Amino acid sequence: MASYSTSEFKSGLKIMLDGDPYNIVENEFVKPGKGQAFSRVRVRNLKTGRTVEKTFKSGDTVEAADVHDTDMQYLYNDGEQWHFMDPASFEQMTADATIVGDTAKWIKDNDICNVTLWNGLPLAVEPPNFVVLKIIDTDPGLKGDTSGGGGKPATLETGAVVRVPLFVQSGELIRVDTRIGEYVSRAKE
Amino acid sequence: MTAEWRPSASRKALLARAAMLAALRDFFAGAGVLEVETPIASRCAGSDPALDSLVTRWHWGSDSAGQPLYLHTSPEFPMKRLVAAGVGPIYQICKVFRDGERGRLHHPEFSLLEWYRPGWDYQRLMDEVAAVVRVVLGRPDLPTERVTYRRLFSERLGIDPWTAGCDDLRVRAAALGIPDAAALDLDRDGWLDLLLTHCLQGQLGCGRLTFLCDYPPSQAALARLRQDEVEVAERFELYLEGVELANGFQELTDAAAQRARLQSDLETRCLQGRVTPPIDTAFLAALAAGMPETSGVALGLDRLLMAVLNVRQIDAVLAFPVERA
Repeated sequence: MASYSTSEFKSGLKIMLDGDPYNIVENEFVKPGKGQAFSRVRVRNLKTGRTVEKTFKSGDTVEAADVHDTDMQYLYNDGEQWHFMDPASFEQMTADATIVGDTAKWIKDNDICNVTLWNGLPLAVEPPNFVVLKIIDTDPGLKGDTSGGGGKPATLETGAVVRVPLFVQSGELIRVDTRIGEYVSRAKE
Repeated sequence: MTAEWRPSASRKALLARAAMLAALRDFFAGAGVLEVETPIASRCAGSDPALDSLVTRWHWGSDSAGQPLYLHTSPEFPMKRLVAAGVGPIYQICKVFRDGERGRLHHPEFSLLEWYRPGWDYQRLMDEVAAVVRVVLGRPDLPTERVTYRRLFSERLGIDPWTAGCDDLRVRAAALGIPDAAALDLDRDGWLDLLLTHCLQGQLGCGRLTFLCDYPPSQAALARLRQDEVEVAERFELYLEGVELANGFQELTDAAAQRARLQSDLETRCLQGRVTPPIDTAFLAALAAGMPETSGVALGLDRLLMAVLNVRQIDAVLAFPVERA
């Protein structure tokens, strides 16, 4: 099993701690001129998303986590599982709600998602930064109001609700920034 | 990808470095301290268990493999030989090298100012260190304070570092919220270093120059011991805004005691499975020949420059950090 010494620590490195995969967020080398060196590390648990601090003695080693990101195409949801396909190998994988999480409300069939694999199995799914989705329900805006000030909630075809300007209507396509969950613009087919 | 060729230090930082070096040479010229140079690459190396040398090879003579030359981690041994030879007060500005160190405040090669004052005690040397730092910072009124290692630990942490055992220190470290303290495998000095770096150092030298002095004998390094209420090592470190800037000693001048310490260091290194460089017998011979009572100090110039420029990363004061070197 591959392992890393503290001198290899840097942000982005994936390591195993207490049986869970972690991502190193920040690493600080601490050493008195004539004394013991330490690594003060902030790590994020890739399963729970929680960030914790750890202390290592310099020269300690930790097991590497077999974690990497890959682009996969979202195929369909069968009611319990989300199905994804590697567009290169056509290999298919499934992920359940605990893994897909909030991403479910942004993606529709054929979208390319960033899937984090741990030991070859999905650990997390990120939607594309921008998606185009259809509005299925929103209050009709006041006639002639094109200012967009204030806005109104709109329910999208995936179930997500975002605030849109008053002039945007049901049945229209809009572009959404999934990282902040906000309307960007109207979109074409 | 194109290689990053530009310096990581700003033009302002490059100018400030040149100004710092000029100010230092001016200070020591005025103080009657002689500038010297000693070998960067030596057949012997320091034995300090906390430091590792970079090693190169010298190809000369019959051995085609060449012989190891150790890049100095500090110029202390040859400078003390010069003191023993009667050269008087001396200083050196040089690059030194430490393997296995890299971080916000660490770089494998860095600039050191080291100087020796024969006939001075370490209290007087601390005054001069403060004077030098004030000149470089351009802050003649920067206050100074001295706090002993024992008082710092007892007042801030309620620990007597002379008597606390490993288990006491582990419990205290865990109670102070150091992550994983319960699981770390450290020796006594390792625990003290953990507490110093994680709980104390950040508050040392706030708006002032703080000299931490009189260390536990186990951390004497090359300092003389003195019997007070407890036995203390006549060693000091200077902190400014939580950053360690300098380390100084009332130098150990007893050749037999020095040999015993070097031997003990080498045994520690051997137990840890680390490189054991040959003992510098010329240094021991110089002590045996009679080195005057001397105090000496090494000051990290890159960190001092960081303080001048008020920057947090050592890379901001280096023209080319190792990743671009």
